[in-house]
Amino acid sequence: MLTININGSEKQVDVPGDTHLLWVVREHLGLTGTKFSCGIGACGACTVQIDGKAMRSCITPVSAVTNGQKITTIEGLSTDNDHPLQRAWIEAQVPQCGYCQSGQIMHAAGLLNENPKPSKAQIVEHMSANLCRCGTYMRIAKAVEIASESDTKD
Amino acid sequence: MTLTRREFLQQTGSLALVIGGSGLLPRSGYSADGDNPVPTNGGAEVTAWVRLSVDGSMIIYSPATEMGQGSMTALPLIFAEEMDADWSRVTVEFAPQNPSLYGRKLMRGVSQMTFGSTGVMTYYPVLRQAGAQARYLIMACAAKYWGVDIKTLTTEPGRVVHQAGGKTIGYGELVPHLSIPDSIPVIPDEQLKDPTNFRLIGKNIPRNDIPRKVNGSAQFALDVRLPDMLYGMIERGRVHGAKPARLKNEADIKAMNGVVSVHMLDHGVGVIAESMGALFPAKFKLDIEWKDSKASGFNSADVFDLYEQVLDTAAHGQLLVNLEEGKEGKVVIDDGDIDQARDNAAKTYVFNYKNDYVYHAQQEPLNSVVQVAVDGSSAEVWIGTQNGTGAQHDIANALGLEPSKVVVHQQYLGGGFGRRTLSDYGVEAALLAKEVAPRPVKLTWMREDDLHYGMYRPASLQRMEAYTDRHGNLTGFTHSVVGDGERLIADGTDINGYNIPNHRAEMHLVHHGVRVKHWRAVGHGTNKFAIECMMDEIAADQNKDPIEFRMQILEPRAAATLAKAASMAGWGNAPAGGRARGVAYLERSRTLSSGICEISIDEENGKIKVHHFWSAHDAGIVIQPDSVIAQIEGGVVMGLSSVLDEKIDIVNGEVQQNNFNDYPIIRMHELPETIETELLTSSEPPAGLGESSTPLIACAVANAFFALTGKRLRHLPFTPDRVKAAMRA
Repeated sequence: MLTININGSEKQVDVPGDTHLLWVVREHLGLTGTKFSCGIGACGACTVQIDGKAMRSCITPVSAVTNGQKITTIEGLSTDNDHPLQRAWIEAQVPQCGYCQSGQIMHAAGLLNENPKPSKAQIVEHMSANLCRCGTYMRIAKAVEIASESDTKD
Repeated sequence: MTLTRREFLQQTGSLALVIGGSGLLPRSGYSADGDNPVPTNGGAEVTAWVRLSVDGSMIIYSPATEMGQGSMTALPLIFAEEMDADWSRVTVEFAPQNPSLYGRKLMRGVSQMTFGSTGVMTYYPVLRQAGAQARYLIMACAAKYWGVDIKTLTTEPGRVVHQAGGKTIGYGELVPHLSIPDSIPVIPDEQLKDPTNFRLIGKNIPRNDIPRKVNGSAQFALDVRLPDMLYGMIERGRVHGAKPARLKNEADIKAMNGVVSVHMLDHGVGVIAESMGALFPAKFKLDIEWKDSKASGFNSADVFDLYEQVLDTAAHGQLLVNLEEGKEGKVVIDDGDIDQARDNAAKTYVFNYKNDYVYHAQQEPLNSVVQVAVDGSSAEVWIGTQNGTGAQHDIANALGLEPSKVVVHQQYLGGGFGRRTLSDYGVEAALLAKEVAPRPVKLTWMREDDLHYGMYRPASLQRMEAYTDRHGNLTGFTHSVVGDGERLIADGTDINGYNIPNHRAEMHLVHHGVRVKHWRAVGHGTNKFAIECMMDEIAADQNKDPIEFRMQILEPRAAATLAKAASMAGWGNAPAGGRARGVAYLERSRTLSSGICEISIDEENGKIKVHHFWSAHDAGIVIQPDSVIAQIEGGVVMGLSSVLDEKIDIVNGEVQQNNFNDYPIIRMHELPETIETELLTSSEPPAGLGESSTPLIACAVANAFFALTGKRLRHLPFTPDRVKAAMRA
């Protein structure tokens, strides 16, 4: 039995340590906002935060996050879905199919944690890590800008 | 004009009526047996399309798939507009799979399928009529309740108004008094809302699926979790069509921790496990001996020599080329007198264009969850599909059941792009679930499975033979396309919007055994590339401006889109040094579109950089302008990705690409600085827009490349190697 700290609470999961965090989050804890898409850390659909940093859960063994690291998934990003990024995502009407968007938001949140007022170039550089097949990139960039200009939470 | 209930059912398929305790009550048809529970919670289903509650809230059932194109907002909005519903009180749910209630008449019959950018275009008249009838039923009820003539009533959003009596009543308040008259009139078109009075259509109403897509709560099929659920994967042949001869290590697999069972299927070997963690290693360990198939030994790099040979052998009008077994041809368009145009040509041009295989790359891997009843007599399916009815029938067929015994729960789709009109991944889940009934099975494709066993946009060759008279007028052209996939390669050979008197299109089929499928805009991506590059080549040969050349042969509505795009791009002003612009026009799903791009080239690495993309579209009446612009933007991005980088290579029958590391999808830093979109104002009926911008890209970029370098790019995609080769040519 392994213990992980996720979205502010301790959870016990009965899985082998080499199970990737993605499957623990999705199938064992039922937090299905974090998505599977490539399985090799190339697309970012599985992005969660570990101690505030955006990480790829599909290539992170759960054993790597059992030392009290704080894991945050899209479900834990805000208490009432009012994180500045979530509000900006709605304002800019970003998602199309929506499948990659949890990962996009979690990846953008990682940027704002480190750099609350990123330049346009910094946004583009950071967000180029995540794929969106629907091609919503223009609106993603706009939404990150909107969120960085609004009052940050916390 | 009025209809009897029976005629009403047959004609519009939008209302099911049954005899209820208090007379005739409308009910939606959740099953063919008509055994639905009577609505509870004080609500009533006014028609099959809407369920109204006493508090005035209502559910509108959306007949189409939501895969990011916004149908789940646009379609209910059309209904709500005519019903005069209060949109703030509307929630939307997917309609069940029941084409007789929720389908619309298409050329090939009544269908609920979501494809070809047809959703808004084909449902617009259906949903306006259905909304107007729902409004009529509510007004008729109010008239009876108040004892006044229905003609004295009007509506405001969510309320019936009797102006003379100074009374209003909410739609919801009428629920206890709802009854359905013996006949329901078809509301004549002239009694539908005047578009100038639209309150919802044409406004930017936020999409109702978006809040759920920013907090992780939108449920895709892959997110479905059922009690006691098992997990399945299938190892399919690396060579398409290959069947497994035997599994060499079945005992080893079965002995693995967490593995439940292993199943030989016609096209692969399935593994079922207790968890995803247990499933992956089992799948990787499968050691299967495969039989040969038609695709064995196939090399995609060789097809163009073969295709050219096919065309060289095919004389005009002599399509059945017996080079080898399996090759055939068909004339798909024959307008005017092409022989006369050819015989009288002062000049004849011949150009060849090519394109490689392209992959959908929808971001949600194919998957579905199926639960078969313990006695095998029924099944439930959770799936994201563009064709729920097809899924129901295919799965029923695989399980030996009547379609009515299979219930399909439509989920959000993490991308479709044409791949998901076929529900083979639902059938696969059913075949595995049958073996472990009644435990549900979630079948998941790995990304590698989808790349290796994908259904690609087929490679093809277009040979364009164009004829001009002694004044340089384009009198006609012959468009011959060779490849696999029939309609997939013939689609988009039309020239709607152009005024060219003689036009012939032929397709020549060569079957390779490689799986092919519709891919966003289907044949438009490749055939419009050929047509629009041909236009550009002729214009250049005549020293004409490519826009002026097209303006002479475009019909007025089409020409207006080109004029708009030209003005957006500042076509008359030269771009900055080292840059050039290229243009394209096309029609897709009745939308007329013109696009212009501005590019530069990094000569060192052979990369094309697109700096700006401007496009103008006439799509008739637009329901959701911002949502449409989002579709155009996304389509431009997907188009750029496919045109600059994407291709599938098949060597000795095996797809060489594996995942997003070697099948690159465009990323944010590769985007143009601007993508500007204009929608022309129109009072024509709505057209389809979800695929319009994607096929503009190839031709606009190739034509810009010519303007910059004087060289032609005639083979998609324009990879750095091909760019450098073209520049050296």
